[in-house]
Amino acid sequence: MTLLMDTDVIASEPNAHGYAEFTLGEFHFRRDEYFVYVKWPTGSHVMSADAFLRAMQRDVAWNFFYGIVNFDGVVGTVNHYGTVDLFAGRYNDAYRKAEMDHVENFQSENIKATFEGMLADWTNASFDPFASPEETGSAFGDKNGSNLAAVTRRRVASRRMVSCDDDEQLRTDATHPINRMFADVPQDSPSVEPEPGFESEVKAYNLFAYLSRSDVTWNPSVVSVCKDSLYCPTTEEYILPIIHGNDRVEWFVQLSDEIIWAVEDRDTGAARTRVVMKPGDVASMPANIRHQGYAPKRAMLLVWENADGALPELYATGKLPSHPVDF
Amino acid sequence: MPTYVTRFGSLDQYEKGGVEIIDDDPKRYTFSNIFDVAAHSRPYEKVAVGKNRQYVLEAIRAEGDSDWRRTAHDEFALVMDGEVEVILHRLSPDEEPPEGTQGSIQLGHEPAGPRMGRVVARRGHMTLLPAHAAYRFRAEKPAVLLLQTIEGADTLYRWGEICQTH
Ligand SMILES: [Fe+2]
Repeated sequence: MTLLMDTDVIASEPNAHGYAEFTLGEFHFRRDEYFVYVKWPTGSHVMSADAFLRAMQRDVAWNFFYGIVNFDGVVGTVNHYGTVDLFAGRYNDAYRKAEMDHVENFQSENIKATFEGMLADWTNASFDPFASPEETGSAFGDKNGSNLAAVTRRRVASRRMVSCDDDEQLRTDATHPINRMFADVPQDSPSVEPEPGFESEVKAYNLFAYLSRSDVTWNPSVVSVCKDSLYCPTTEEYILPIIHGNDRVEWFVQLSDEIIWAVEDRDTGAARTRVVMKPGDVASMPANIRHQGYAPKRAMLLVWENADGALPELYATGKLPSHPVDF
Repeated sequence: MPTYVTRFGSLDQYEKGGVEIIDDDPKRYTFSNIFDVAAHSRPYEKVAVGKNRQYVLEAIRAEGDSDWRRTAHDEFALVMDGEVEVILHRLSPDEEPPEGTQGSIQLGHEPAGPRMGRVVARRGHMTLLPAHAAYRFRAEKPAVLLLQTIEGADTLYRWGEICQTH
């Protein structure tokens, strides 16, 4: 299968392991059987190939998301909504002090094209970076086919609410079987009885059943929209493959089961809290933290975002406090 | 194949997690529990459990009939426990909330506009409360709603009572 490589993407011929190597600005990326190696003018880094691909998959699918996507404690991206920083060691105290950190800014579409090319070339047929470890095969070994269907899944994003007209529709057995860990989630539908002429406005659906059929983990997708207030629920199993650094306050509502969050200072990585969330728990995550979640069993998490484009600047300049409420 | 049990909370059975502090102030995490809030609320009090600028999440104990409310923008009601009936009417022009009204406000009388329909929602079901509609909730037994909306005149703030402070 030919890979869809953008002309701006700088990719080598396959290396000894069958994988292309990629150059983006002064960054160089290569992989072998087990690892991904990242090099920049003042340093270099190594990551497990499966952890790298799981992180890369989120970064690409979320279009760099809100704020910072740390692949680990060293490498990641900062979204400036139009341009994106690719960094190494920028949010790591030791790298900063050693002056080994490095940041380059790219047009979003250019870095996205390179990341998509890397993800497509480095994901073998046996591996789905969006799936939980129990649900997918190995990411390791020499180049062995590809899984383009998995790495180019369409991003689900409702405009008003799931099930509304011209909007995201309900999931069915044909395309989205119930996940093995949600086999006991009731699949009943609400009674919806519109009067004639009001069919497109009298709408309700079973969100929990919808989530029980999600085929991906750690992938917030919009289900309801109240101006800039977005409900972005997601189903979580194992570990969030990135460490998310906030550029605004975000909120979590635990809908089912349990997630443990390790919360660190966004800029230094110093530990701040552990947040344990059980069904019905609600917590805000300050605008100056980074966090990584651990879900022992597949869990339903409602991520609640404020998509107001003015927010990052207001927090960055201190015009808004980093926490949402004073009491 | 292993059997998994999915755990949801309810008014009768909920267990709170919490913030374990290493080097921070728990108040920055605004940590509460929807069922705990609803268990200590009077029927249809709109208690904020989340706030992001003007946007709020309200935990609502549904029990008996609510008053009729009207809204100028979409709101979304997610049933977290129990069963809730929602009746919807189109607002007549003179019932529309004043320009710039956010969140929902009381209608104060039976709706004059045409009936739009009815929804009966149980746990996990999300209902659209469309802009320019009047709505009323009814719950035979205590139930819990989470409302996605904008702060309004009737939003209640009880952070000091509902949140972990140390
Ligand atoms: Fe996050």
